[in-house]
Amino acid sequence: MRIFLVFVRKEFFHIFRDRRTLLILFGMPVIQILLFGFAITNEIRNARIAIMDNSRDEYTLKLSNKLLSSGYFQEVLNASSLHEISSSFRKGRIDMAIVFSPQFDYQLHHEGKASIQLIADASDPNTASTLINYATSIINNDASSHKPGIAPNMQIGIREKMLYNPDLKSVYMFIPGLMTLILMLVSAMMTSLTIAREKELGTMEILLASPLRPVMIIMGKGIPYLLLSAINATMILLMGMFVFGVPLVGNVFLLGAECTLFIITALSLGILISSVSSSQQTAMMLSMVGLLMPTVMLSGYIFPLDSMPVFLQVIANLIPAKWFIIIIKNIMLKGAGFQDVWKQTLILVAMTSAFIVLSIKNFKIRLN
Amino acid sequence: MKIILVMLRKEFLQIFRNRSMLPIIFVAPVIQLLILASAATYEIKNIAVIVVDQDQTGTSRLLVSKMKASGYFIMQGESTSDASAYRKLQDGQADIILEIPAHFERDLVKGGKADLLLSANAINNIKATLGTGYAASIIASFNRQIRVQFGRPEMDSGQYYIKVLPIPWFNPTLNYRFFMVPGILVILVTLIGSFLSGMNIVREKEIGTIEQLNVTPIRKLHFIFGKLLPFWFIGLFELAFGLLIGALVFKVPIHTNIWLVFAFGAIYLPLVLGIGLLISTFADTQQQAMFLAWFFLVIFILMSGLFTAVENMPGWAQKLNVINPVAYFIEVIRRVMLKGSSFADISGQFFLVLGFGAIINVLAVLNYRKVSN
Repeated sequence: MRIFLVFVRKEFFHIFRDRRTLLILFGMPVIQILLFGFAITNEIRNARIAIMDNSRDEYTLKLSNKLLSSGYFQEVLNASSLHEISSSFRKGRIDMAIVFSPQFDYQLHHEGKASIQLIADASDPNTASTLINYATSIINNDASSHKPGIAPNMQIGIREKMLYNPDLKSVYMFIPGLMTLILMLVSAMMTSLTIAREKELGTMEILLASPLRPVMIIMGKGIPYLLLSAINATMILLMGMFVFGVPLVGNVFLLGAECTLFIITALSLGILISSVSSSQQTAMMLSMVGLLMPTVMLSGYIFPLDSMPVFLQVIANLIPAKWFIIIIKNIMLKGAGFQDVWKQTLILVAMTSAFIVLSIKNFKIRLN
Repeated sequence: MKIILVMLRKEFLQIFRNRSMLPIIFVAPVIQLLILASAATYEIKNIAVIVVDQDQTGTSRLLVSKMKASGYFIMQGESTSDASAYRKLQDGQADIILEIPAHFERDLVKGGKADLLLSANAINNIKATLGTGYAASIIASFNRQIRVQFGRPEMDSGQYYIKVLPIPWFNPTLNYRFFMVPGILVILVTLIGSFLSGMNIVREKEIGTIEQLNVTPIRKLHFIFGKLLPFWFIGLFELAFGLLIGALVFKVPIHTNIWLVFAFGAIYLPLVLGIGLLISTFADTQQQAMFLAWFFLVIFILMSGLFTAVENMPGWAQKLNVINPVAYFIEVIRRVMLKGSSFADISGQFFLVLGFGAIINVLAVLNYRKVSN
């Protein structure tokens, strides 16, 4: 036990004497959560539109105003021809064009109908469909409010209740995911280099000659980083709550325990990467190229998992971040207790154990 | 010239003899492209609805069957009590609860008015908005239907009618893979390029072989050039390979102006490699280099518009993208491949990236010291 403590002390020295790395480790998450917290959003605002209105009558002007005052759109081009629209699309100046049919008001009042084309830049299909949806609903609302007449009989009213996120803010969707992402990547990255580094620098030989057993070496490598990650997690949570206003409805201790579990998962994944790779470069490529994109895309952080093809939903089950995002959203936003998240917790525990067992198995006590 | 060739040969040997790196450089990006291209959709499908029908009349059952028939929703069955329905919403088994209160039919027919309650899990704001929107439109059409059924059609139906025609240009089938494949490809090329170059010099520093290089007659410029060129080739190779896969597997359209993508890639890579190199000259250990490279890359990637549109970001964030090389390349590759933009359309980005590349590489050369202290 004493040897183990000495070893942990050595690891602490390693970390604290490299000031630059320490600065990066604590500075990075703070900057990233601030930056991404504000910048990553799917709320449409000020989409750039072109309006082609060859009719220019009372109705089209009113409708244009209505679209522009919604806050979703800003007019950057008053187009006179389709050619102008197409060239603006190619230069990337507009996201959507609204084309009123000629003699709009006249048609509407004399023939009872008129048409509007919404030409969207579908090279980005996600934004295109959202913009079309928003514009369509504004136009339809306007059209129905113009219908004269008597209040109809047999009216079904709809009361809508938006639970957990009454203002429909996208931070509720993104901040918990962002916290998970940063925690996962920073923690896994920290440990992924440690063992590989000793191998590459040749100091592994000294460790192997010491009476420390592989389990102890692996634990000793993990403990200092557990402490650092816990500090990181606390900072990230506090910023999520006080800068971005994500509420904490559930139990703070449960959240703390789950965070600790998730940190251990990430750290042990890092150690596993470290024990299977021969050089720091390999370890780094594995933890960067291998973890970054899958964690961003398959964890449900930005893209909802249930819209994905089934085979991806199956693969996503292997991503630890997926489970933690469910846990953290349930606790923070829905106020869930342990009985609601025990399944996800159990999965994380199982993953962590698997990572640790595999790293111990892969830890070679002989030099080759 | 000969010195550079020798240097190149050494670098290539070093890359190809590292057996554990080869699959990461060449296989991992391909697998990621194949898997991740299908992941990025905001398309809202599979909205799970649970019904609490406390009315249990012909009218309420008709409404439920209309919801079912619409195809928008997955009906998670009926629940008899509010409490168990909310429980399912909390568990994530349902997204929307439709509550039909008792006496719904009676109120509607006799009182002329009745209310329904739609509760949505709004953590995913878009799903909640669209889901309740779909439900509301189904209820509205149901409303019209039963008015006719009970012989009380609307007085003023369709006096004014505005037809809205959505026309998706450049990608009429709204295939989001066309949008994602080029973007993911840019990310993978960037990741590989910057990490390889970022780790390269600092590795020689840490292992100590930099000393050997420092005592050779290789000039600083030759040294940097020899370090960058191999990764430039690898980067372009991966770009070509990825485009091939995109065309074959995902049927991404390849137009004749595809050479523009390669031209841009050819000037983009020196910038990315230069960033890695600059980091490499600053850092003492591979760990530091990696953290720094990671820090900048994650920022570049998440802000690049690959995942969420740049236009939705606040103004200051969009300004920050002026120095984001990844954002430029993603913008350019999408414009060229999907909208068929010409060189004139992207010349602004082209010269900016060329300029940035020059500046970064000059800084890297200046910052690299052959004399150790």
